[in-house]
Amino acid sequence: MSGTRALPHRKTMLQDTPFKLAGRTFKSRLIVGTGKYRDFAETRKAVEESGAEMVTVAVRRVNITDRAKENLLDYLDPKRYQILPNTAGCYTAEEAIRTCRLAREVGVGDMVKLEVIGDEKTLFPDVAATIEAAKVLVKEGFKVLPYITDDPVACLKLQEIGCVAVMPLAAPIGSGLGIRNPYNIAIIVEQARVPVIVDAGVGTASDAAEAMELGCDGVLMNTAIAGAKDPIAMARAMRLGIEAGRLAYLSGRIEKKLYATASSPITGIVR
Amino acid sequence: MGSTESASLAITLNGEPYRLDGETRLVALIAKLGMRPARIAVELNREIVPKSQYETTTVKAGDVLEIINFVGGG
Repeated sequence: MSGTRALPHRKTMLQDTPFKLAGRTFKSRLIVGTGKYRDFAETRKAVEESGAEMVTVAVRRVNITDRAKENLLDYLDPKRYQILPNTAGCYTAEEAIRTCRLAREVGVGDMVKLEVIGDEKTLFPDVAATIEAAKVLVKEGFKVLPYITDDPVACLKLQEIGCVAVMPLAAPIGSGLGIRNPYNIAIIVEQARVPVIVDAGVGTASDAAEAMELGCDGVLMNTAIAGAKDPIAMARAMRLGIEAGRLAYLSGRIEKKLYATASSPITGIVR
Repeated sequence: MGSTESASLAITLNGEPYRLDGETRLVALIAKLGMRPARIAVELNREIVPKSQYETTTVKAGDVLEIINFVGGG
């Protein structure tokens, strides 16, 4: 290959910069949730197949009457996986902060996925409350990854506060609609000094690839895998989708043109 | 009331009424419930109890206790 083809500002997949988040390095750019699986065994299998090294979990009261005492962490070793507790179900900054403090006390680190829900039907975040909670949590030393609307201004504010990443939604949680506003995601990526992780709304592998093609640093998903007819196969599809999208982004896609450009030589045609 | 009953006390555990035989050290209650400290976090009357204090913390009548763990979530 001639040196003139080299793009010094770009890197190929083999030279891809590692995905760094809050001082940790990850090989996989996929983060997966652990909800909605049939059982812990299926959860573990799907996580393994996805290649993810970071998993989200929910913080809930221990079931006092359940004598089985099986615990999710028995299936997902915190030494192997970065555990990312979420604040799902919290509707106020106060609830979310309390949940994060409890989560940290379990003893698997200080990274938290902050979500303060503003509306039950759409599960869209309460942006003001998310920012309020993030301020407190960052001061308390948490590594905050906020779930937020695909709003470039909100993402900038969260970045300024000191969040270690911003996590704009692609579409409503569990909707599978894919990236509804790729232009906003592109703006968020352009502005960001912290990793951008698309969180929620992904439905299938091409959605994950699209997020990566837009230049996102990672994708977080749960329902798209757990809700698939074959979650294990979908976990693999997502892994490949993330890799394909990342590679396409690094490769520098062609520009879109209205008219055709011939791929075959236009000279030497047999007439 | 018999002596056993008078010693028993009521607390609130994860939002539900719960009876203890008497003032109980937190570490003993956690063991009785079959829980492992490495898998849980505890809040006593809205204050986090660090794991290092499970031994020395006593649960008393009227206390409100929250014990959480991680479950599947997105």
